[in-house]
Amino acid sequence: MLSTQKVLMTKRSASILVLIAAAVGLTACGSSSSGGKNLGLVAYSTPQSVFEKLIPAFGATTDGKGVTFSQSFGPSGEQSRAVANGLHADIVNFSLSPDVERLVKAGLVSSSWNQNATHGFVSESVAVIIVRKGNPKHITGWSDLVKPGVQVLTPNPFTSGSARWNVMAAYGAQLKEGKTPAQAQAYLTALFHNVVSQDSSARNALQTFLAGRGDALIDYENEAISDQKKGAAIEYVIPKDTILIQNPVAVVGKGTAATTAQKFVDYLLSPAGQAIWVSKGYRPVISGVPGASKFPTPPGLFTIDSLGGWKTVTKQFFEPETGIVTKIEQSLGVSTAK
Amino acid sequence: MHLGTRGGGMLGKGLLGIYLTILVLLPVAALLAKSGTGGTHAFWREISNPEAVAAIKLTLIASVIVVTINAIFGTIIAWVMVRDEFPGKSIVNALIDLPFALPTIVAGVVLLALYGKGSPVGIDVAFTRASVVLALLFVTLPFVVRSVQPVLLELDLAMEEAAASLGASPLTVLRRIVLPTLAPAIISGVALSFARAVGEFGSLVLITGNLPFKTEAGSVYIFGQISNENLAAAAAVSVVLLLAALLVLGALAYVSRRRSRHVL
Amino acid sequence: MSSSGPGTAAVSTPFAGSRAAKGPGIDPARARARSARRRRIGVRTVALGYLAMLLLAPVLMIFYRTFEHGLAPVWNAATTPSAEHAFWLSLEIVAIAVPLNTAFGIGMALLLERGRFWGKAILGLLIDMPFAISPVVVGLSLVLVYGKTGWLGDWLAEQGIQVIFSVPGMVIATAVVSLPFVVRETIPVLREMGTDAEQAAETLGASRWQTFLRITLPGIRWGVVYGVVLTTARALGEFGAVSIVSGRIEQQTQTLPLYVQDRFENFDATGAYTAAVVLALLAIGTLLAMNLLTRRAHRGTVD
Repeated sequence: MLSTQKVLMTKRSASILVLIAAAVGLTACGSSSSGGKNLGLVAYSTPQSVFEKLIPAFGATTDGKGVTFSQSFGPSGEQSRAVANGLHADIVNFSLSPDVERLVKAGLVSSSWNQNATHGFVSESVAVIIVRKGNPKHITGWSDLVKPGVQVLTPNPFTSGSARWNVMAAYGAQLKEGKTPAQAQAYLTALFHNVVSQDSSARNALQTFLAGRGDALIDYENEAISDQKKGAAIEYVIPKDTILIQNPVAVVGKGTAATTAQKFVDYLLSPAGQAIWVSKGYRPVISGVPGASKFPTPPGLFTIDSLGGWKTVTKQFFEPETGIVTKIEQSLGVSTAK
Repeated sequence: MHLGTRGGGMLGKGLLGIYLTILVLLPVAALLAKSGTGGTHAFWREISNPEAVAAIKLTLIASVIVVTINAIFGTIIAWVMVRDEFPGKSIVNALIDLPFALPTIVAGVVLLALYGKGSPVGIDVAFTRASVVLALLFVTLPFVVRSVQPVLLELDLAMEEAAASLGASPLTVLRRIVLPTLAPAIISGVALSFARAVGEFGSLVLITGNLPFKTEAGSVYIFGQISNENLAAAAAVSVVLLLAALLVLGALAYVSRRRSRHVL
Repeated sequence: MSSSGPGTAAVSTPFAGSRAAKGPGIDPARARARSARRRRIGVRTVALGYLAMLLLAPVLMIFYRTFEHGLAPVWNAATTPSAEHAFWLSLEIVAIAVPLNTAFGIGMALLLERGRFWGKAILGLLIDMPFAISPVVVGLSLVLVYGKTGWLGDWLAEQGIQVIFSVPGMVIATAVVSLPFVVRETIPVLREMGTDAEQAAETLGASRWQTFLRITLPGIRWGVVYGVVLTTARALGEFGAVSIVSGRIEQQTQTLPLYVQDRFENFDATGAYTAAVVLALLAIGTLLAMNLLTRRAHRGTVD
């Protein structure tokens, strides 16, 4: 009868009120935990498994006793923008320096963040070419990627800031081989001609590759290593000339939390911390770390600074309308569209 | 029902209005404002960018194809769910909402595994424009079905039986009685499908390959612009897609209203 | 049905009428029933074939991928602290957003369908609008309004309310992307229902509230049911908008879909698929629960 429906209605409205009250109550508590030292770590997605080891190890040290962490991982650019938009962070670790510079501009990170012994970097890697187990297409370097019939995967350099490492690795390698900038750009055009998929992130690109698409995937060494460890049927080739990928870390803000945060960053840069990075496939930024010898040094290793630094490179190559890569994509698209 | 003619009605309408403001009006206004920073010149330049145009075109054409397929198959499926009986029907009925409840990344991974290279059923459409249609069909599956089902459930069989006993063939009954009654629901489902298809992002990123000018959808292009701090461009293209969706929704609403005037 | 007599023409087209049945001694009613049955099976095959390709195959694939290494890894994956927190957080957000959207939806449907005012079309479009915007852009626009540097940022900071990067922001994002369903599901049913019963009730002296509870609500119940089911499913599975406004803080602002992404990024396929299966079960559970509730409430009323 009416009673059943009335009961339902009152029950429903009562539960709604309870839920709203609960929600308000929860928000009043907020996300900050009072008492004890709590640090907010905001990082890009790849080093998540490394921090799973680093944080407990830090907690075992005298500096780290009683320190709790709230952790957030996601695409480097997104995370950086989130912090700029108010996401609480005490330490940030991103894939490339511009994501930290954004926070300097927002007044959250001190402008002297990279004036230390490691220039602000906490881990390194190199750009590599991932191929199928057995390397059926015999890919040994950048020049093989522009051969006809070779299908290349690389994440979209416009949706994935980290993917820009790949493009600059390829470009810089051409310069290293003695080509002129114009010839290097021609190489990039030929490379993108062979690109058959531009996933929105490195992880997605790897997924696509593992699903059977493409012959070669441009990726980072630490990704290749951890993927091999998981049993994927892949190999990777370190080209003779390739770029050194340098991942920055920085303390956000000032005050007591910042002091503790700095202690954590110091641990990350200590031999003990760096040994954990190495165990997960990252190259260390300090010398003398056990296990670092397993990383071969490419003879033609170069950094982004040799190409002008990220500020210049971003403007020159990735500007949405005038960038070199933008123009390449457009020329390829317009000619091959439809 | 005389709604809103007395105090209680005003309070109700006020609450509705506040809810709508917080959830829709303010964010959409902010979006419009963002798209306009830089003036109309910049807006025009941003949306006439060749890559943007290609992405918008792909999204709109794919969405039209998808909603057409949905209108037909969604109605058929709803019909079978309501009027038919077979073992396992309730299970199938319960599953229909799944494409909706699954995070889009799962949809993407699964579709790639099923209909990409190494497909267990031998269908490989990954990284083609067809893959855009496939992914969108998956995520918009429930809309027409769930829109038509409630109407079918409430439908009075007496009219159809009367028509049949008067000698109308099943086809005539379908055309003259059932479809016109279902039309508003089908149109409603189509509107939802179109809106979702135009905005869909997550399920497309894996299976389409996101190749600019070839398989890059509007939402992926927008995401790229956001990643480049090009918020104004992202907002501008979003506004264009939104306007296209609103046009279609508006047209559908108009058709729906006109139809309802002709129903007995 | 009945066995075919001699010389019966095989009816192959789904909509063939009784005129196709020829031969002596064939009951036209039986032939009609047979062709009706064939039609039904034909339509069923079409529907099930489409669903098999687009729905059943993916669902089977998901379950296969989840359990391909056995039950134990799945259980472990489902009981990690992060997974459990994500589960409860998703439920909490859904428990707030869905009832709000349902109340809004029924009210709006009544307003749009029964009310008389200018601008109905625009109102209808407004409700559909956030749904047509890419979820990432929805998240972005919410940050533009409620974020630290947004329109209301300063005011919210003064009041000590944190919206973005906290649960309220996630509730709003979830509600926005699942806004139109109850409205859209209810309106066609309202229209089909007509106002006769309601008008009769009012002439008999029922108050507006009584009319609503005893006539309108039971009449639109299936539209509301499916609207709630769709809203809940969307709210459960929402990723894009929530990912922007949540800040992805582990065990604080990580919903199940965000957790799925997190596991996927960490090469933990089992963990990702397990969480996906949990979401699927929640969605199915919602449908079953709504069905049960509606039938029980309906059982008491005179139909």
